[in-house]
Amino acid sequence: MPGAAPPSANPLPAAAGVGYKAQHFAAITDDPGAVSWLEIHAENYMGDGGRPLAQLRHLSERFPISVHGVGLSIGGAGPLDPDHLDRLKHLLGWLKPASFSEHLAWSTHDSTFLNDLLPLPLTDATLMRVCEHIDQVQDFLGRKMLLENPASYLTFDDSTWAEPEFLGEIARRTGCGMLLDVNNVFVSATNLGFSARGYIDAYPVEKVGEIHLGGHGVDMDDLGARVLIDNHGHAVGDPVWSLLDYTLGATGPQPVLIEWDNDVPDWATLQGEAARASAALARVRR
Amino acid sequence: MSNAVKTLAVAGAVAAALAAQTSGASAQSKEKCYGVSLAGQNDCAAGPGTTCAGTSVVDYQGNAWTLVNAGSCDAMELPATPDGTARQGSLEALTRDLPA
Amino acid sequence: MNKLQDIFTAALLNPDLPAPGGLRDGGAQPAGRRFDIYRNNVAVSLTEALRIGFPVITKLIGQQNMDGLAGIFLRAHPPSSPILMQYGARFPDFLAQTPQLAHLGYLPDIARLDLAIRRSYHAGDAPPIVPDILAETPPEVLMAATITLAPAVQLVRSDWPIHDIWRFNTDDTAAKPRPGGQDILITRPDFDPLPQLLPPGGAIWIGGLIDGLTIGAAHDAALAKAPDYDLGTTLALLLAGGALTSLNRQRIGP
Repeated sequence: MPGAAPPSANPLPAAAGVGYKAQHFAAITDDPGAVSWLEIHAENYMGDGGRPLAQLRHLSERFPISVHGVGLSIGGAGPLDPDHLDRLKHLLGWLKPASFSEHLAWSTHDSTFLNDLLPLPLTDATLMRVCEHIDQVQDFLGRKMLLENPASYLTFDDSTWAEPEFLGEIARRTGCGMLLDVNNVFVSATNLGFSARGYIDAYPVEKVGEIHLGGHGVDMDDLGARVLIDNHGHAVGDPVWSLLDYTLGATGPQPVLIEWDNDVPDWATLQGEAARASAALARVRR
Repeated sequence: MSNAVKTLAVAGAVAAALAAQTSGASAQSKEKCYGVSLAGQNDCAAGPGTTCAGTSVVDYQGNAWTLVNAGSCDAMELPATPDGTARQGSLEALTRDLPA
Repeated sequence: MNKLQDIFTAALLNPDLPAPGGLRDGGAQPAGRRFDIYRNNVAVSLTEALRIGFPVITKLIGQQNMDGLAGIFLRAHPPSSPILMQYGARFPDFLAQTPQLAHLGYLPDIARLDLAIRRSYHAGDAPPIVPDILAETPPEVLMAATITLAPAVQLVRSDWPIHDIWRFNTDDTAAKPRPGGQDILITRPDFDPLPQLLPPGGAIWIGGLIDGLTIGAAHDAALAKAPDYDLGTTLALLLAGGALTSLNRQRIGP
């Protein structure tokens, strides 16, 4: 069609996607089923070549790709790593993905990378720092990014903001979009004792560009209270599917991703989760 | 060896190496893309374990760590070290080498 | 903010330290074990990265030993970059300095081999030369030429039988290792690194090429150390591995 944008410039479709795992390469290319797009973790494609990049090139010819960063440390007190920004720019430059997202978290401190998404006190100082970093990222990469809400296990005495309002203010100040992780909302709500639906009601739903779903595990704290762990090691829980329906009612149809990173299942199982997400999207379109 | 002889030797080696090649370079096909990755992967999930790992005070103390017998070291016998001392390379017979 | 992240970082890596202050369980109680979730995530995820990144070491010493060592290593040498595929460059030296492993003298070189295979796997792609170009080049021109090797090429030299040890731990039919030093050439014919045993002198020749010596000068260096050096076998390994990416012919002097 004349004037149509090239496929690589398309935004993510409002359909089901999955987090890409190398062991599924053959199955995905043979039969994607309900899966319309794929998400990759940026850091796993920052090597110089070889199979990972070859796989990604093949997949990007067939599927819209979302690049999800897990190592930029946007909530870091120190400056962003300029080498890492260069690597991201290089990856986004050749891949031309439909979307780029990162987390409201920190993971690097004084050049030590801790490989976890660490929590931030929701203060004015944090707000300023995160907004500075997002401005820097969006300027440097020349594109809008999405910011994901964390899975929380604890709170800070110093926090003065509620998380949905904090995220809304970041979106307002920086123009960034939102990646709404519905499992994270459920996990945080359970762990910290707030209403998950109340969170969605206060959340900047009009800024959402992608939704995440994943499985969680169960642990216990010192008082014997249930603590949910965002381990991406299970099927999506039923209460999270309900919360997805509620969320889609507010956001309208969105790209919905299934994340499964630990104890990764076979393709049929993962594809079944994607089919369930497709069904939820079909319900909201009715 | 004269330069001419060396050159001849190299020419012979090149001919032998070429003769040993069975086929030309192959294209990077989709099939070659199949395969699992070979290194630790970054992801955004919490650790698969529960809160018990990473909290033991002795976990990180090198002098408190003890080697336990396991793995294929036990099945190998390497009779000599580079300095020629006769020693076994298996785990079990070697506790004498641990610092007192 | 910086101070908080200082305290957090120290407490994440050192379970002797108390959890940072000012953290709650969502209500009025201190966070307690909830902080340990983050300690766990750091330790478990980096241990897993090391276990996957050093598969032959893990097989040699067993997972229980590997996980224990990883717990010590990750606190002494946490990653300095968010690219986990590169994590563990200091692990071979760490193994060499661990007194409890002193009797297993081959472990550091095997860890270097694990690392080299990983580097080869992620190295840049480079199309190989058509081998016939070697036959079409006059021998005296060849002697004065240099060679560029693919980024995926790695050399691992050892006083230990590292190729035998590697085979014994990756191939059920392989024989037990025999004593003696071995050098390994890693090429990547397509996407899978291929460690192969080099004949005596082979690593000197390839090392010379990597350092920019001409084919002839590198050959002289190999012959000086290994009088029976078999250039044909070494060259055949490189060609089969698609490891020659350019032949740089030089003008022969007056």
